[in-house]
Amino acid sequence: MKSIKILGTGCPKCKTMFNNVNEALKNKGLDANVEKIEDIQEIMKYNVLSTPVLVIDEDIKVKGKAASVSEIESYL
Amino acid sequence: MFEWTQAFADWLIYKVFNIAPDSSLGEALNFFVYDTIKILVLLFVIVFIMGVVNMYFPIERLKNYLNRKKLYGLEYLLGSTFGAITPFCSCSSVPLFIGFVQGGIPLGVTFSFLITSPLVNEVAIAMFLGLFGWKATLIYAGSGIILGTLGGWILGKFNLEPLLSDWVQKILNNSEADTEEYQDDSKQSLVQRLPDITKEAWDLVKGILIYVIIGIGIGAAMHGYVPENFFAEYLGSGAWWTVPLAVLLAVPMYANAAGIVPVIQVFVAKGVPLGTAIAFMMATVGLSIPEGTLLKKVMSWQLIAIFFGVVTLFIILSGFLFNILL
Repeated sequence: MKSIKILGTGCPKCKTMFNNVNEALKNKGLDANVEKIEDIQEIMKYNVLSTPVLVIDEDIKVKGKAASVSEIESYL
Repeated sequence: MFEWTQAFADWLIYKVFNIAPDSSLGEALNFFVYDTIKILVLLFVIVFIMGVVNMYFPIERLKNYLNRKKLYGLEYLLGSTFGAITPFCSCSSVPLFIGFVQGGIPLGVTFSFLITSPLVNEVAIAMFLGLFGWKATLIYAGSGIILGTLGGWILGKFNLEPLLSDWVQKILNNSEADTEEYQDDSKQSLVQRLPDITKEAWDLVKGILIYVIIGIGIGAAMHGYVPENFFAEYLGSGAWWTVPLAVLLAVPMYANAAGIVPVIQVFVAKGVPLGTAIAFMMATVGLSIPEGTLLKKVMSWQLIAIFFGVVTLFIILSGFLFNILL
């Protein structure tokens, strides 16, 4: 099972990304371990400068913007 | 450039809705339609241009510039300028702060970036351009960048590192300048990325549409109904205390640039000096309680107070300066 993390301090864009991830998973009929990381110290371990960030299996896919459903689907 | 918008507004309000051009309602509605269309077009264009600029200068690359080169004091100006061209999102200010500290960028330079980033952003520029014209926009952007430069430089002199949160100080002690050159990992050309940039610009405009409409709506209502020189009588008399008063009122306010500029424009039209208005605007978008709360994660209250205090002081000083110069 894929591990998906959304890093972000709780801004609207992070919520959009979280919803888009769930929608993308539903569209593709996949199940994954989706986690929201809001703790700043935890976020900084990924060495990113802008949020939200999409991490799939510990690999940074998107940073600094809320990716669209179709974009997320292409990473799954 | 925007004659067609005026023609459209005239046609819609005076012909289609058949409201008399010299009535308060007609004037207000005409103003509302004209400004809304003009500003939405400008917003889209500016955000799009910024999207292209950011494609060539992503934040990672800017950070790289800042700590690779010895710049003899110019790094503050550079930090401030980078803050202006990076799209601002309050939720990114903390990761940015840590990232800069981690990368060995001096605290003062980081502050320069942090001051200018919310102050001069694409939305504020587009709104200013639409409502005040290019000259006031240049003054606003230029003074924002100078303010960030000086503010960061002063804060850098204070030896504030001990006032950072413990875990940030730990990062600071382990920081090292990145040595590798920034590598752009995606190999897409501008043309390939244009659809994405267009979509992002469109999404941003959609996201703030409601604030634009509310702001212009309030502005339009005030335009039609608030008597000429109303503010001039009470506020615009040029009394020296109006600038600090406007700034102190604005600091705790948290308003979107999209919503606040149309209202400020009416203030100016009704007699508030432009300098006072710009100072008010800067304090509203540049400093806010939510931002302070976010920064609490990385710094102590004392440091936040010093940071806000220095920036407030500079905004007040620039307000005075504008009122003398303009």
